[in-house]
This record gives sequence, structure tokens and C-alpha cells, in this order.
Amino acid sequence: MSIKITVTVNGVKHTDKVEPRLLLVHYLRDVLRLTGTHVGCDTSGCGACTILVNGKATKSCTMLAVQADKAKVTTIEGIASNGELHPLQEGFNQCHGLQCGFCTPGIIMTACDLLKNNKKPSEEEIRVALEGNFCRCTGYENIVKSIQYAADKMSAPKARKTKKEATV
Amino acid sequence: MSTNNGNGTAATGGPIGKSVKRVEDKRFTMGHGKFTDDIVLPGQTYAAFVRSQYAHAKILSVDTSAAKAMPGVVAIYTGADVAAVNGVPCGWQVNFKNGNAMKEPKHPLLVADKTRHVGDAIAIVIAESIEEAFDAAQTVNVEYEELPCVVDAFKATQPGAPLVHDDVPNNICYDWALGNPIEEVNAAMSSAAHVTTLEFINQRLVPNAIEPRCYNSSYDAINDKYTLYTSTQNPHVIRLLMCAFVLGIPEHKVRVISYDVGGGFGSKIFHYTEEALLTWCTKQLGRPVKWTAERKESFVLDAHGRDHITKAEMGFDSGGKIVALRVKTYANLGAYLSTFGSCVPTYLHGTLMQGLYTTPKINIDVTAVFTHTTAVDAYRGAGRPEATYLLERLMDLAAHEMKIDPAELRFRNFIPPFDGVNQPGYQTQVALQYDSGNYHAALEKGLEMLGYEDFRKAQKESANNGKLLGVGFSTYIEACGIAPSAVVGSLGARAGLFEFGQIRVQPTGKVTVYTGAHSHGQGHETTFAQVVADKLGISMDDVEIVHGDTEKIGFGMGTYGSRSIAVGGTAIVKSIEKVIEKGKKIAAHLLEASADDIDFANGNFTVKGTDKSIAFGNVALTAYVPHNYPKDLEPGLDFSSFYDPANFTYPFGCHIAVVEVDKETGKVALKRFIAVDDFGNIINPMIVEGQVHGGVAQGVGQALFEGAEYNEHGQLVNASYMDYCMPRADDFPIFETATQVTPCPHNPLGVKGAGEAGAIGSTPAVVNAVIDALWSGGHEVKDIRMPLTSERVWRAMQN
Amino acid sequence: MIPAAFDYQKPKTVDEAIAALSGSNSKILAGGHSLLPAMKLRLSQPSKLVDINGISALKGIKEEDGEIVIGAASTHADIAGDRIIKSKLAFFSEGALLIGDVQVRNHGTIGGSLAHADPASDWPALVLAADGAIEVQGKNGKRRIKATDFFTGLFSTALQENEIIIAVRVPVPPEGTKATYQKLSHPASRFAIVGCAVVRFADGKTNIAFTGVADHAFRASNTETAVSGKAINEDVIATATNTAVQGVIFLSDHHASAEYRKHLTKVYLKKALQVIT
Ligand SMILES: Cc1cc2nc3c(=O)[nH]c(=O)nc-3n(C[C@H](O)[C@H](O)[C@H](O)COP(=O)(O)OP(=O)(O)OC[C@H]3O[C@@H](n4cnc5c(N)ncnc54)[C@H](O)[C@@H]3O)c2cc1C
Ligand code: FES
Ligand code: FES
Repeated sequence: MSIKITVTVNGVKHTDKVEPRLLLVHYLRDVLRLTGTHVGCDTSGCGACTILVNGKATKSCTMLAVQADKAKVTTIEGIASNGELHPLQEGFNQCHGLQCGFCTPGIIMTACDLLKNNKKPSEEEIRVALEGNFCRCTGYENIVKSIQYAADKMSAPKARKTKKEATV
Repeated sequence: MSTNNGNGTAATGGPIGKSVKRVEDKRFTMGHGKFTDDIVLPGQTYAAFVRSQYAHAKILSVDTSAAKAMPGVVAIYTGADVAAVNGVPCGWQVNFKNGNAMKEPKHPLLVADKTRHVGDAIAIVIAESIEEAFDAAQTVNVEYEELPCVVDAFKATQPGAPLVHDDVPNNICYDWALGNPIEEVNAAMSSAAHVTTLEFINQRLVPNAIEPRCYNSSYDAINDKYTLYTSTQNPHVIRLLMCAFVLGIPEHKVRVISYDVGGGFGSKIFHYTEEALLTWCTKQLGRPVKWTAERKESFVLDAHGRDHITKAEMGFDSGGKIVALRVKTYANLGAYLSTFGSCVPTYLHGTLMQGLYTTPKINIDVTAVFTHTTAVDAYRGAGRPEATYLLERLMDLAAHEMKIDPAELRFRNFIPPFDGVNQPGYQTQVALQYDSGNYHAALEKGLEMLGYEDFRKAQKESANNGKLLGVGFSTYIEACGIAPSAVVGSLGARAGLFEFGQIRVQPTGKVTVYTGAHSHGQGHETTFAQVVADKLGISMDDVEIVHGDTEKIGFGMGTYGSRSIAVGGTAIVKSIEKVIEKGKKIAAHLLEASADDIDFANGNFTVKGTDKSIAFGNVALTAYVPHNYPKDLEPGLDFSSFYDPANFTYPFGCHIAVVEVDKETGKVALKRFIAVDDFGNIINPMIVEGQVHGGVAQGVGQALFEGAEYNEHGQLVNASYMDYCMPRADDFPIFETATQVTPCPHNPLGVKGAGEAGAIGSTPAVVNAVIDALWSGGHEVKDIRMPLTSERVWRAMQN
Repeated sequence: MIPAAFDYQKPKTVDEAIAALSGSNSKILAGGHSLLPAMKLRLSQPSKLVDINGISALKGIKEEDGEIVIGAASTHADIAGDRIIKSKLAFFSEGALLIGDVQVRNHGTIGGSLAHADPASDWPALVLAADGAIEVQGKNGKRRIKATDFFTGLFSTALQENEIIIAVRVPVPPEGTKATYQKLSHPASRFAIVGCAVVRFADGKTNIAFTGVADHAFRASNTETAVSGKAINEDVIATATNTAVQGVIFLSDHHASAEYRKHLTKVYLKKALQVIT
């Protein structure tokens, strides 16, 4: 059985016929070749596959591609705008929030969801928001700082003109 | 906060010693990292494995007929098909005490006769799609006869224990001892005024790099060439082991590529069976074969770490000076010898028994044992965390027993400061010679950061409000950059432990650096570029670091054991020196001076005492457009070096943990973590601090959360993220870090290495802190088994 | 990581869903956060999934006839953030926020959680303590199952084949009701090692439910008797905690033995009782 789906990924509409068992993460990686979203486990525990589905942080390994029919999906490849890095991407560089970089896309997407709902999260709120994401390299502290960096930047008046990037 | 006194190398004002932001970040934060699983080759096929559900079973039959008829199946191979192929080798030979070589049973690519641990590979199923490979693998029918198994290293040595390999009596791979003759140690111990004894388990850990292992192997029949994409920490080593020891294919026909790797922590050093098997399969099929581990496979296949059962005794004189240390360890190797499994409990563990102390008599005795479990090998720290745990737990316990302050006990026993230049290195009782050290200073700094006196007051007060506060100390030393090759060779290493570095100056003065080290999170593209830019006086933008491809890089030993900057960085420096030396000859010619009169600084060659100078870029151009050029000098500006260090390097430091224990539930909260580390000179403090954070997180993970749990049937019962407790963001406080600098005297950068220290120092600090908390509540406990789950701590409070 | 093949249907109404479920080995797909992991490991291999996320009747939270009605397909995050829940059933919101992580809460549903009946899941304790009922619909129409009759054992419920949970109904707690949920999370899975929900009405009647400690969530009726109507003081707490552990067959696993769970049952009941006084 295969089913036709239409998914808007990073603003681009894609229509494909897929098997129902195809996981959304494999649709993104193998069909659309957007390989920034990673797979780190098979029990929905690591968060490396996190993307936004209709704006909500989602483990794309725990959703079928067919379930994303008509949805708006944002992946790590889609958050920079016009060559300008998203404040989170900048923050992770400024604060050394990544080492091997494998967990990074998932963590940045989780942080996108957090910052949408909480413009000025405290250290503790950030740590709690990262419950669904493992990083084995950094010890998390610099990830927390990277997210704080982005929060500061996004709430600074100057960032208003790049509203589009701040709202993904 | 980090402080880097930048002794020696930071003098140029160049990028060395600065927290330069990482150049590699952009591709990762944009989702454009290039991990092995991201690669799909034309004609790609996909592999799935049929793996043993039993820890120990005879394979009666393997029926692949139904599976072969499944849609999309390209091929299925079983143990019988690869019976003539060698197994994967072990890279280090350790001998029995009697001089006999260790037992080295074959680790076949697929097992044919019996399975020796859960996950042992019985068949590989290759199909057009990953879905079809999985579907078909499910229909392979294996008949087993389950056999009794043994998972505990000590029990495995007892008479009547089931044998993992029929030809390895008592499952003993080797026995081994190091240090002073046991009679001398026994005599010193019996003269001791006080002996502290600790029997404990340093539990087995699962490394859990977040990127699962992945291989993609292809074969070009026309040119008889193989390409293996692999998530490894050391591509050249994999090529060597696979070609020379397993498949017998010519090395020059094999290209091994390891682009971005999602964390290793040791687990991606080793040559795994799947790398060789996929390469064997691609030749049979003429099509690329790809395999990506599922996490449940990673749990039972990626070599585990630690797993020691130890009894340690430390004798003291009446003044609290250590007089003897006696250690007996049973080290679990798992079912097969992994690449460096044999050297971890011996040369990376026994050799560290001196710690930071002047202990005059030491003997360690290790029995290494096969069991029906996943192989055990180097995991962040590898042997040194076990050694540090042993010593530092003994120190806090001894202090408690002798009613001496634990910091004071350490001060009484520290080796006095020595810089390795004006004072000689320190010769230990266990074969090593420490390079340079200043141990007092690190502990003093740690105590100052802690505010020790205030802490003890707060501890008394907290006992009244339902929480127990505790502090734990750990003053550690480790040995990095294992070398020189001749020495490690005499100890059984089957490889050299040098590194390769090449500097290719392009005609326009831009520089491409080829390093045999491999970055899987360490930030070499930044750190190495800092070194090169600094030494050549050019912009970091003009330096490109290339690693992870055997076709591009002359050779390499890879990255592990915190060796990259000390060994790999030095190889690069050696090549830079050659570039500068040749550059001087070219500059001398252009400036009409003698090469001896040319100085090189800040990117300019200058005639001494004059303002006549020429820029590095012009010299480079001249080297490639040698019209006006010294006679007898070859064109070009491209040098490579192999650097084999004179000694290991010995980072050290002091870690202090403060914990709070909930009296009712036993739940432990880590409140503070202080790390004062001495890594010698530091190239990039930001990156080094990041390494400390990550290491500490893993070390705390071992103390409080992690541990592989096997049941009596040899099943790893917590083989998923739903069961195996990995530390999360909300398990940690803000780390308080500082560095001091005692340069390494034997490499030009004065660096010691920073990758493992966090994982080495932190574990005993945390456990000591929990036990200290319990002592403050009046609970007399000696040991709590790691990980210190709330239940275990609660139980310890019940007596 | 790759589920076995299956067919997929996404009905628009409950009736269509019930029809789609007929035929053997079909399963409802709600948030997928219990089902899909099991399918990826091939521990579960249904031949058809009926996705209920397109059924608008299963979504939304409203107040109706003195009851708060939570659509079965409401996610944990929907419930945690809902205005009605926050003002009238705040401990549901607090409890929902203790489930898993952000991503899990964005997709996992209350209906899926109740139907799955994991012995360590949180909703069962919350719904039990709130005197909730589970409204289900099958071939023979709708019925209401009291939460106290719903959980029958390890991963088993009173749901009959092809019955769909359509809503959870909870009486609006009268003025003066206090409620809390106290949970010790498993450090790996985040599920409850012990979860204790307590609802105390203005007249002193007290409901107490546990999850995580036994093979299914349950109301501790003897303990409720020991507490109901009494002023909560140290003696009452001591009696209550001793009563609570009687007759329970505690779960035991490598992370928490039966003995420890028994101890935690007392500790978390005490915490909960202290919070609501
Ligand atoms: C990493 C992780 C952490 C988690 N932590 C927690 C936690 O701390 N606490 C907790 O309680 N849970 C936890 N969960 C479980 C999570 O809450 C699940 O979402 C929930 O248990 C199932 O809900 P679902 O909507 O995802 O159901 P699904 O997975 O879609 O379905 C589960 C089962 O219920 C059936 N079903 C679903 N909906 C209905 C319905 N309306 N009527 C009848 N049958 C139905 C399905 O057929 C299936 O058999 C966790 C899950 C993960 C992956
Ligand atoms: S891949 Fe681990 S949570 Fe999705
Ligand atoms: S940076 Fe490596 S796992 Fe997070």
C-alpha cells in the first residue's frame, strides 16, 4: 500500500507516494535528502530527530510520514533565512554549544519550540525543556548558554526586523 | 570560568591560547554535517543482521531459504560463508605472568558454531531497501540449543564455570602483575599502622555516542578498489587492521573515509566485525552495502567500558603516610578480545596506581576474563578512571577511618612539585615516569573555590532539615599520548603510536594541513588551525584542516587517549618548522642574505637587524614559481612529519563534588562541581573547558546514573534509553572550572591533553561526596555500588 | 527501527473508525508514542493502523453538565495548557507536565495513555483520583466505564475489541477541593516509579490513587477511609501510609525493588497529604 502525501517542508511543498510504515524522519532523510535531522535511537528517547511539525517540537522518528500529510514541517535546514543564521545557530557557535554536532539539530529545534513559548527562559527552564534530548559530548552547560544567548538576541529590539526568523 | 596562564606558547600574541570560536560549527548548526549515514551511493544496498537472542547457545541450524525468497533480497551470508575469513584482531598482546602469550580466540565476522553473547551475528541479510532487509532478516530461522552462561568476571574463573571459548581454561585470557615484588609489598603492608581495605565493583558502562555506528562499503571491480565510509576515530588504523589482518586485501587498494563522526568516547576506535564483513560482501556483490546500527544493537555491540571487580588495600604509617598499596582486579573482557581490550586493565590501569602520591611499595595483580557479554574496551579514560576511582575512594575512606581531614591526608602524601626541566621527572613504582606536576597547587585552588570551612559549617546545619550534604574529593593524574612506539611495542602494542602531520603551503600562501588525528567533536579544525596560523603568522581563514581520509592523508593513528594535540599537534608543528626552515632559504636568496641571518616572525622573513623583509605569501609563491630561486633547492613548500613522542603526558588536577541526599528517598542531587585541571599549555580554553564539561558529565553519569545490568541469562536488561539512565541537562549544576598550567617539558607546545580528564577525576569525587553525606548523618558505610541510584543510597541509610 | 508493513486509514468520524477497525489485528493510532516505538522494535506488528487524529469529535476540552470532558485525542500538552483545566482541574495540568518530555507531551494523548495502561503511566492515577469516567464507543454504541472499573491488570483494561475511547469525563470539583500529584520519575524513561494523586474535597472526603507501584494503577480505598473526614496530622499520615502498603503486590525491577517501591509509596503519600493540608 502506498499513499500520496503533501508536506510543506521549510516552506517548500513536496508531494510523494509513500508506504504507511515510512517514518517521518526517513521521509526527510531518505526521500527529501534533508539529512540534518538525525536518528540516535529506536525508543523515542534521544531527541536527535526533533523537528517542528506545525510549530511543535516533534520526534520525527515517532511519527509516520503519512501523518504529516498537509502539515508544515520545519527542519534544521530551514531556520536560517537568506543566508543569515538563526540566533540559535549563532548562539551555539558563540557559546560552544556543540562538539560532535550530532545532537545539535534536534536540540536547536527543541529550543525553537521553547523560545516560541517562553521568550526569556531561566537556566532551570531551559534544562527542563531539554529533557527529551541527549547530548553525550557537552555536559549541557554550554547548550544552556547558547539558548540564553539566542533568547537575549531575539528579544533585543534590534532583532525585531528579522521577525520572520524569530518566529519559526 | 577558565584561566590560562599561557605559559610559553602564547607569547606570539597569535591565536594560540585564545578562545577562538569553532570553524566547524556552521555546517553542524545548519544541518550540513556529513555523517556516514547521510551517504547513499549509486546502486546502494542495505544490510540487516540476524543476531543471537541468547548469551550462549549452540547453533544447530540456520535456515535462510524463506528469507532468500523475500522481495528485494540481494544476498544472505552466514557463518559458513565466511568460515575461511580471519576474525578481527586484537591490537595489544599482554602476556601471562609466566611469559605465555594471552589467549586470543578468534572473533569471527559471523559465528557458525555457537553464540557467545547476546547480539553475536549469525547472518547478514542484504536487500534493495532497508525495509526489505529487515523484513527478510525476520524470516531467517535459527535453531539454537541454549547453554549455561556466565557474566561475572570472578565467577567465570571458578571451577565448573561455563566456558566462553572451549580452548581457554577457566575463561582466563591472561593474568598479569606490575610493581614491586609482592613479598616487599606484603611486608610493608604488615608493618602499616593502619590499613584501609575496599572491595568494590567499577561497573560496566555503555559508551552511547549519540550517532550509532554506520558503515558503507563499496567495490569498484574495474579498478579493483574498495571504499569504506565508516564512523571511526582512526581511519588508517581500520584500514591497516582490516586489510592486513582480516581480509588480506592490498592496503593501497582500499580507501577508508571517516567524515563527521557523532561522538566516539573510545567506542569508535575499534575495528568491528561489520566493517570487514561489509567490505567482504561488497566484493561478492559488486554493489555498495550499508549498515547503520539500531540503538538496540549499539547497546550490545559497541564495546563497553570498565567492569572491574577489585579488592584494594592501602597501608599507612602512624603519621598518615602511605606505605603500601596492594590491588587485585578481575577485569571482564566480554566474549571476545576487542582491539585494545587487553591493554586497558593493564597498561592503562596498573600503571596509574601511583596516583599523585609517594607510595613506596605497590603491587597490582590483574586477571582478565572472558564472559558471555559484550566485549569491553576503552571508554573515555580507559583504565585511568578505574585507577583513579580505586585510589581516590581509598583516600577519602582512609581519611575517615583515621580521622584525618581528606584534603590534609592528600597534602601529606603528594609528590612534591617538579617541572621536568630543573627537577627530573618522577619515577613511579609502576613503570611510568611522570613529566611534570604541581599537585598541591591544584588541591589548594580547589579548596579555595569550594570555601572548605564554610562548607563544613553548612553541612552541620543541613543535617537538621531533611537533607544530608556531603563533599567528595578526587585528586587525579592520567597518562595521555601513549608513546613512544618502541616502549609500547616492548609492552605488547602491535602498532606504533606516533602521529602524522603534513603542511602543504599553496602557491598563494594558503595552507592545507593534513592530520592523522581525527575529530569527532574535539574541534581540530579550529585548534590545529590556531596552531598553524599562530606559528606561520597568517590568518586562520587561510588554513584548512583535512582529516579522516586515507587517500588524502599520508598516515595516521587517529584520536583517542587525549593524544591529538600532544602528538598530532606536535607532528604539525614539526612540519611547520620544516616549512619555515626552507622558507628561510628562499627568503635569504630573495633578500640576498644568508639563511642563518633570516628571522621568521609574524608571517615575515626578515634579515636580522635590518628592515629588509619578505612576507610568507611571497616566499610561498616563489617556491612554486621558482624563477629567481636558490640553486640546489627543490621547488614547492610541502612537508610532512611523523612525530613519536619521548614520553606520555600527564595531566592532573583536583575535582570536588558537593551533593545533597534526600534522607527519605535516597535521591542524590549534585549541587556543585569544581574542577581544577592542569593540562599544560592550552591552545583554546573554550574548547578545553567544553571537554572538561563533557567528561565530567560522563563521570557523574557513572557515579549516579549509568550501568549495564546483565541478568543471569546474559541478557542486558537495560539495553535502551527507556532503561539505561543517561544524564540529562537538568541533572547538573553550573560547573565551576579552573585551569593551572604546568607545561609538558617534552613537546614543543607544552601541552598535555584534555579529552578524558573530566571522566577520570569526577566519578570518585561524586561517590565520595555521597558517602560523606551519609557519614554526616551518622551512617557508617564504606561503599555503595555504582551507580548510586536512590534505592542503593536509601538502603545504605537503613543501617 | 523499521516497523513491519501495515495498511493505514485516517477516518473522519468515530463510526468510520469503528468500521475501519473491524478485521483482525487493526490498531488505533493516536499520539503513537507508545505504539510506534513498539512497532519499530517489531514487538507489535498490526496489519492496519486507524489514525484517529482526523476525528474532530475526539479533540477539545469543554465543560458540560457539571463535568469536564476531555477529548480522547487531546495531547498531554493540550491538557496542560488548557484554560478550563488550569482553573478547575489544575492538578491535571501539573500532572500532564510531568509526563515524558516536551516532544512526548506534544503528541501523546490521554486516550492513548489510558488505553495502553502502562503500569507506570501518569494519567490513570490522575483520572482515578478525580472520580473520572472513560467514555467509549464500539459497534454497540457508547458506554461509560468508571475509572475504578477500567484498569484490570498489566497493560489491560475493560476496553472491548474495537472499542474506542472517545473522552474522559471528570466531575467538576466543588469549591474548596484540593488536589495534588506527586511523582518520582524513572531517571531513564521518565515514567513513574511511584505516582500518588490525592483529591480532598471540602468535606474531608479524600480520594487517593497510585500508579507505578503495582501492575496497574489503583484507588487505595482503605487508605482513603483512614484519611477521609479526619484532620491530617502526623498520626493520620502514619496510619494512612501504613494502610497504603497493605495488600499491594509491588512491582520490582532493576531500578526499584518491591521493597523500595513500598517505602516510596509511603513517602509519596505523605508528601501528597502534606501538600493538600
Ligand atoms: C520517551 C517517552 C517518555 C514517556 N514518558 C511518559 C511518562 O512519563 N508518563 C506517561 O504516562 N507516559 C509516558 N510516555 C508515554 C506517552 O505518554 C504515550 O504517549 C502514551 O502512553 C500513549 O499515548 P499515545 O496517544 O501516544 O498512544 P498510541 O501510542 O497511539 O497508542 C497506544 C495504545 O493505545 C491504543 N489507543 C490509542 N488511542 C486510543 C483510543 N482513543 N481508544 C482506544 N485505544 C486507543 C493504541 O491502539 C495503542 O494500542 C512516554 C513515552 C515516550 C516515548
Ligand atoms: S531518534 Fe531518538 S528520539 Fe527520535
Ligand atoms: S555535541 Fe555530540 S552529542 Fe551533543
